[in-house]
Amino acid sequence: MPDLTARTDPAGAVVIEPGVISPGRAAGAAPLRREGPAKLTGAARYTDDLVFPGAWFGATIRSTDAHARLVGIDLDPAFDWSSLVVVTAADIPGDNVVSSIKADQPILVPLGGEIQHHAEPLALLAAPDRATLRAARHAVRIRTEPLPPVFDPLVSDHLFAAYELVSGDPDAAFAAADLILEGEYRVGHQEQLYIENNAMIAVPSADGGVTVHGSLQCPYYVHTALKRGLGIDDRQARVVQAETGGGFGGKEEFPSVIALHAALLAGKAGRTVRMIYDRHEDLTATTKRHPAIVRHRTGVMRDGRLIAQDIEVVMDGGAYCTLTPVVLSRGAIHAGGPYRCPNVRIRARAARTNTPPNGAFRGFGAPQVQFATETHLNRIAEALAISPLDIRRRNVYQLGDTTPTGQVLRGSVAGEEVLERAVEAAEFERLRTRNAASRAAGDGSGTIPGSPLRTGRERTASGIGLALAWHGAGFTGSGEVKLASVASLELTADGRISILTASTEMGQGTRTILPQLVAEALGVADEAVEIALQDTAFVPDSGPTVASRTAMVVGGLLIKAAQRLRAQVEAATDGAFATTHRDYARSHGALRIDQRFEPYPGVGFDDDTYRGDAYPAFGWAACVATVDVDLDTGEVHVRDVVAADDIGRVIHPVLAEGQVEGGTLQAIGYATVEEIKLRDGRYLNDRLATYIIPTSLDAPRIHSILVEAPFEAVPHGAKGVGELPMDVGAPAVVAAIADATGVWIKDLPASPERIIAAMTGVAAVAPLPPGASEPASPR
Amino acid sequence: MSAFEFTVNSTPVVVDVPGMRRLLDVLREELGLTGTKEGCGEGECGACTVLLDGAPVDSCLVPICQVDGSAVSTVEGQGLGEGRLDPLQTAFLEAGGAQCGICTPGMLMAARAYLDAGGGADDDAIREAIAGNLCRCTGYTKIIE
Repeated sequence: MPDLTARTDPAGAVVIEPGVISPGRAAGAAPLRREGPAKLTGAARYTDDLVFPGAWFGATIRSTDAHARLVGIDLDPAFDWSSLVVVTAADIPGDNVVSSIKADQPILVPLGGEIQHHAEPLALLAAPDRATLRAARHAVRIRTEPLPPVFDPLVSDHLFAAYELVSGDPDAAFAAADLILEGEYRVGHQEQLYIENNAMIAVPSADGGVTVHGSLQCPYYVHTALKRGLGIDDRQARVVQAETGGGFGGKEEFPSVIALHAALLAGKAGRTVRMIYDRHEDLTATTKRHPAIVRHRTGVMRDGRLIAQDIEVVMDGGAYCTLTPVVLSRGAIHAGGPYRCPNVRIRARAARTNTPPNGAFRGFGAPQVQFATETHLNRIAEALAISPLDIRRRNVYQLGDTTPTGQVLRGSVAGEEVLERAVEAAEFERLRTRNAASRAAGDGSGTIPGSPLRTGRERTASGIGLALAWHGAGFTGSGEVKLASVASLELTADGRISILTASTEMGQGTRTILPQLVAEALGVADEAVEIALQDTAFVPDSGPTVASRTAMVVGGLLIKAAQRLRAQVEAATDGAFATTHRDYARSHGALRIDQRFEPYPGVGFDDDTYRGDAYPAFGWAACVATVDVDLDTGEVHVRDVVAADDIGRVIHPVLAEGQVEGGTLQAIGYATVEEIKLRDGRYLNDRLATYIIPTSLDAPRIHSILVEAPFEAVPHGAKGVGELPMDVGAPAVVAAIADATGVWIKDLPASPERIIAAMTGVAAVAPLPPGASEPASPR
Repeated sequence: MSAFEFTVNSTPVVVDVPGMRRLLDVLREELGLTGTKEGCGEGECGACTVLLDGAPVDSCLVPICQVDGSAVSTVEGQGLGEGRLDPLQTAFLEAGGAQCGICTPGMLMAARAYLDAGGGADDDAIREAIAGNLCRCTGYTKIIE
């Protein structure tokens, strides 16, 4: 167990310092990223790098209305259309539906149908070269009749989903509270901003089917969508993942849309069609993180004990349902934060607006609600004059506590552990005390020599902030049971060991860690285990690559498959698998093990009553952020972050830290600079020049601490890491800004304008409802 | 059309294309060097960074007419040959500086220019050197390491 490089805390969780190999793992350093050399030499082939001689180029004609009836699609008769292909809704052979939770989103709006958002696809074009395509786009005229749009989710009467969770008796508890604090918090859209745009290439096949090669997270989501939209069968639809340049949820459900479009064009043209979005189109038309409005009313006792929470969550789903019900579900369940509270009411709803649809993004509803919870808790601590650390120590979930869905936390509870590790490493209390003294003494804290803000010391203030969060591991509720994922392991006739799953690599390390887990279970070297290409013609449906589920769920299935494979081979050969499997294969032929998901023992959830075990386990994250704030301009520089994350078990320290660091910076972007401005339902800053993400100069020094409180129901104990850091970064930064300036920013991002407005008490920035229109522009 | 002569990774090439064609497109389509990536097409993300006479440039903003007579270095010219990684590539691989890999070619070229100019292991200077190259995966920490 623990060696000299790790220390064991009283609760049994092992703390891994960065760069140190996890104890309990096979000896030797963690393997290098499998596809790393190809990525470092330019040899890796992303979708747009794939060469298909004779392929045509595809384009999408989009709506410029937020809400309208489509009356006509006119092709300019003066233009030579003979060398082009045009696809409208009338050309769709199957259902005109992008397969998802609800059947509400058309592949293309039909004539007479309703356009529900700006940038909605209306028609498709393909041409042999880009110049012809560009000219043709200008020769298409769209006729519409405007309809009244709805931009405010608070007034929209069309709901995609609504949930209510009640435990205890909140109304009675409020009457007994020493203090009741209310607050409203708003977060806007956030773009995933993978550096590789959405891209898909469709190759028609002779049997009337299609093969798509694309940048995607979930091959079988696309497969299902192609079958339904094109009216083809399992074999005719084939989906192959190309090297994928980042996803973060943005390539979870959206690739179904672009794949259908490419496939429709390819089918009609009878040739390969490339649909490669440029950045502008990707920003304009693809899904974003759901904006949310979260209202808290909390009753506490003088000692900081939470006794009642009443929380209302309203999410803006955009024009179509996509994955909104499950995003909202995760948001509702996480809305109370990682805190014991006996009396809770959480009401959550997601409404339709005439804005582009929102969808999956790392965190999936949890970052929105936990920004609100954590900021609200920090305000409660301030109102009670107790430290943000102490109020969390008092309320954080402990083993045996019960959550608002009635789930008893039976194991792998490490909220306190990550909290203590983070504040210790960041010297939270000492720095907070020092900042308070500086603030009391005058203007700035004067503690920041060489600040990148380049402001005089006395006009720059330092602040430190703390946030804590939980994140349910894997799918919500009965999701994993319904998925019934299959992962396979094959010993081929020539003695090779091959992993067969649909779990995709998009930078997070799937292709490296899955062979690692299998190799360890088989007792062979990492290099001896191959991983098959994510191609639906060959790999089983191991479920989508989302929800930080790959390491925990798919990894767990593969370990079980490996154990079965090993037992079968060793029983037959009476020798160790490592030395006998080649002989076994030679004499017995290939052996394939298909491992299907089975519910974790003792874990159950009732979708109808919304009671039970919402997740088999939770990951826990704490973040301490240190900021400098320019008191004249409101500019914020996030200087240092300490992130402590309990991920169950560390499989690969370098890759796991990479997840924490990358997620932390996305959260800091969310907190400080990333914002979509809308006018009349259209994104105004739809270019990379205007939608800003953090650069290396904006990025803080990030110190990550990996904590291990294993999930006992999977053999390797892993709980997932991808989404955890996204939940804590933003509230920690906002708390640090409050520590520096004394003002609370309740609407993200904490832009200079909002900070100055809060500091001066002048509402320089009117808070707009997410998705709402700016004041009407004179036209 | 007119012919432009330059070198790519020390190999002389001649391309006969319109003068305003982007260097990025010439590399990817005329020369088949797809290691250089397009992320935004407007000089914001740095994914298409190559070295032009040793200086890092966004190849999406460079018309081919400006490249005539120059030396271009791309990710394909990095390494020790036969797929062997050079010390910079090895450092990226071991430290975890490449995740999804789409920013990696441009990031490597910016880092190459920094090292060729005598840059050392100074955190702030490295951050400045790669500030024109966006990465959404790593938080930059492991790239700087």
